[in-house]
Amino acid sequence: MHPDRRTLSGIPVDPVYGEGPLPGEYPYTRGIHAGMYRDRHWTMRMFAGFGTAEDTNGRFKELLRSGGTGLSTAFDMPTLMGRDSDHPLAIGEVGRAGVAVDTVDDMADLFADIDLAAVTTSMTINGPAPILLAMYVAVAEEGGVERRLLAGTLQNDILKEYQAQKEYLFPPRPSVRLVTDVIRFTAAEMPRWNPVSVSGYHIREAGSTAAQELAFTLANGFAYVEAAAAVGLDVDEFAPRLSFFFNSHSDFFEEIGKFRAARRIWARWMRERYGARDERSLKLRFHTQTAGVSLTAQQPEVNIARVALQALAGVLGGTQSLHTDSYDEALALPSKEAARIALRTQQVIAHETGVADVADPLGGSAYVEWMTDELERRAGEVFDRLDDEGGGSILEGVYAGIESGWFMGEIAESAYRFEREVNAGDRVVVGVNAFTEGDEGGSSRLMRIGQDTEDLQRKRLAEVRLARDGSAVRTALARVADEAGRPEANLMPALLDAVRTRATVGEVVEVLEDVFGTYVETTVV
Amino acid sequence: MGAAPIRVVLAKLGLDGHDRGLKVVARMLRDAGMEVVYLGLRQTTGTIVDAVEQEDADVVGISMHNAGHLTLAPLIVAALADAGLGDVPVVIGGVVPDEDLDELAAAGVGAVLGPGASAVEVVASVRGVVDAGVRATGD
Amino acid sequence: MQPATEGRTPAELLAAARDGERRAIARLLTLVERGGGAADAIAGATHRLAGTAHVVGITGAPGSGKSTLTSALTTLLVAGGRRPAVVAVDPSSPLTGGAILGDRVRMEAATVAGVFVRSMATRGHGGGLALAVPGAVRVLDACGFDPVVIETVGVGQVEVDVVAAADTAVVVVTPGWGDAVQANKAGLLEVADLFVVNKADRPGASDARRDLDLMLDLTEVSGACPKRRPVIVETTATKGEGVEDLLAAIDAHHAVLVGGTGLEVRRARRLAAEVRARLDHLLGEAAGQALVEAGPVAGETTVETARRLAGRILGTGDTG
Repeated sequence: MHPDRRTLSGIPVDPVYGEGPLPGEYPYTRGIHAGMYRDRHWTMRMFAGFGTAEDTNGRFKELLRSGGTGLSTAFDMPTLMGRDSDHPLAIGEVGRAGVAVDTVDDMADLFADIDLAAVTTSMTINGPAPILLAMYVAVAEEGGVERRLLAGTLQNDILKEYQAQKEYLFPPRPSVRLVTDVIRFTAAEMPRWNPVSVSGYHIREAGSTAAQELAFTLANGFAYVEAAAAVGLDVDEFAPRLSFFFNSHSDFFEEIGKFRAARRIWARWMRERYGARDERSLKLRFHTQTAGVSLTAQQPEVNIARVALQALAGVLGGTQSLHTDSYDEALALPSKEAARIALRTQQVIAHETGVADVADPLGGSAYVEWMTDELERRAGEVFDRLDDEGGGSILEGVYAGIESGWFMGEIAESAYRFEREVNAGDRVVVGVNAFTEGDEGGSSRLMRIGQDTEDLQRKRLAEVRLARDGSAVRTALARVADEAGRPEANLMPALLDAVRTRATVGEVVEVLEDVFGTYVETTVV
Repeated sequence: MGAAPIRVVLAKLGLDGHDRGLKVVARMLRDAGMEVVYLGLRQTTGTIVDAVEQEDADVVGISMHNAGHLTLAPLIVAALADAGLGDVPVVIGGVVPDEDLDELAAAGVGAVLGPGASAVEVVASVRGVVDAGVRATGD
Repeated sequence: MQPATEGRTPAELLAAARDGERRAIARLLTLVERGGGAADAIAGATHRLAGTAHVVGITGAPGSGKSTLTSALTTLLVAGGRRPAVVAVDPSSPLTGGAILGDRVRMEAATVAGVFVRSMATRGHGGGLALAVPGAVRVLDACGFDPVVIETVGVGQVEVDVVAAADTAVVVVTPGWGDAVQANKAGLLEVADLFVVNKADRPGASDARRDLDLMLDLTEVSGACPKRRPVIVETTATKGEGVEDLLAAIDAHHAVLVGGTGLEVRRARRLAAEVRARLDHLLGEAAGQALVEAGPVAGETTVETARRLAGRILGTGDTG
């Protein structure tokens, strides 16, 4: 990119304005790079996944052709919950809200004809994350790409599952062990891989406020740092590869303040509390997605405007990558046309608005700086509480908050408060409780996944089960069980062996459940 | 003594974990004076039928955000009927496009609450199917 | 109001319920909970049929894990060939009368194992609950369930009274939250026959046990508790640990009651409490009625009005 930038009127602009710690300088409130988007735009990473692996592979290739620069995989609910497509609980959900992956063969189909050394891939998976990572590595290596060349992100953030998204498989402590197994494995063998994407997105979608999203997410990040340190890793060995994932909601300046506060808090805590020395450990990198929950089924085209403004907040907040929601997602999976408009929205922000020309253009605004400070202060109250509950450990404090249902109660309370405000008309949602005329009703172009996908996926799975070497599968699964029972072992090698024998996601999860047990949440309504 | 509160069983059927809507609806119904028997996540037709029976529920509300409602809604309606509970109305909530409404009605679903339904709509819908049920059985 | 009984009388429902028809059992419980004529009829019909079941009350602070414990306990009972039922009581909102009853979530293992679980809201506290719970227990008892477990949050006096009226009262505490102290304040120490230190795998479990022992010592010294010293059992309900010990302790307590006069004493006390609740209810209604018919007159003090109305209700003239 060329370094000098001019406005539409031809006025030249500097890369940054203002005094004090500049972008790229500790505590990175104004951004983690000096040049920010003048040097390099954010990654336009569009989340996709539906139907069978072949279906999603087609969408991936199309996104790459239209200028997307990273892949992001949405798995279907049975896969997210570690159940095979032929499990009784999977009925009606196979391939519906994401892509179905049962075995390494599905993973191979998913990335067929895509050069895994050349793309970065994000996989949104948590409970069974180590198994899916093993499958991705196995597919790459079967295709001749070494694991050290693989670049991407595994969500692998189990703590927020107990707090918000509820896609957990095992109790919290063995689940965190799986997270640290992945951290150890990638730290040693996959230097370009982000082993955890600490995610506030789902906390926010579950109904939290921006301040809660900020506080709970960073607390979870601290918890993983403590957990990885507890298994013997030096903080600078893994912290540079931790990344974050935030929601960008509709309250424009609050969102921007949240992103800025997140960077500052992380830098300070990593240096002062966790003793990080490597500058990269102090820099909070994050992906942003616009707020799915803010999309309305009423007058869905209005969502295009919402998404554009939320995306702009993410960019002004200094995000490293961005997914923009499609306007029809309140009702169904994004149609091809809607997904293209969403990507084009990012391209308008990047190339037409000029906001990418100057780093942190809002830095120094009295309101934005105040908002940043205020969100940091509110997050600090939560950290104090968790630290107290955990007897000086944020990790233990987070466990305690999960067990007592505290996080869930706080989130449910915020969700209900918002709902009441909307119902009372104290908050305007355009097209829902105000300006409702002009709703034409349902769109006829909704993307639907039918029962045929489920039947097809079951058939494919049955074929794999039939063709594989059953005794090799049993041996490999026995080794997984054995290693799971030894807390000091790293499960990743055993998982790699197991998926190579074509053991299914569900089979591996069942073996792990036998060792780790299952989890029933503390219900807070 | 006033009329006894309406008893509602609320559950999510299937694997998806999006319980924000279910929790908000639970509070809306509580605040409208109803008794909500909350089953929460990952229920099967079997656990829902047991609860409706033992709790003598007037109505059952099922939330789905997994795009599986056209498969799953008829299953729960059938399971209730098989257990002799066919008179207990089923309300479906979650991500349900308008174009599916006729098919769900034909499958025996009493009411559907789409995204963005207000508290007033939720409460009115639940009361509506319960009142209609009382008229239908004639007592 | 005509309750929906599917055209069946309480007697017909009871016959079907005793044949094992779950919906009929559930409907009887609904009628009992609503009170009024149908509830009285059911009380009359079940009075002689009940009395077999061991009634176990389980209480503890919110978050003490009593639902999980109740689930594990009743699941174990089913595995042992017994037929338990659970009445799980949660508070109604005092503002709206509505309630969120969430106990089935934590009792999923029990419901899957076939335990009959009924959630019950307190519905405005006071007389309603004090009548509805014994009525529901009698229905379940008459339908052959044994034991009948009443599970309730031990925070209000009414809930404490409900548990105190059980044959065996179990109080659940957890380490590290000052539960033992709270239990003492709430008056649970006096009513407990058994203490459970749940979440015993947590730090502080032995401290909780020691706190309880200490407070029991003090209670004994003060003579406030002229009964058998409660046993303390440690459990980790989420892992099923200690649940067999708890069951053994509950059975042992029952054996002691049956072996002596304990059971008769408790049941007499329970009946007296229920009669008292009915009496309060009836007198309350009469008081309301009297107030409407012959309320305060000019020149009368409130004490004089109350005495005049009491005399009117009791038919004894002025009780002053």
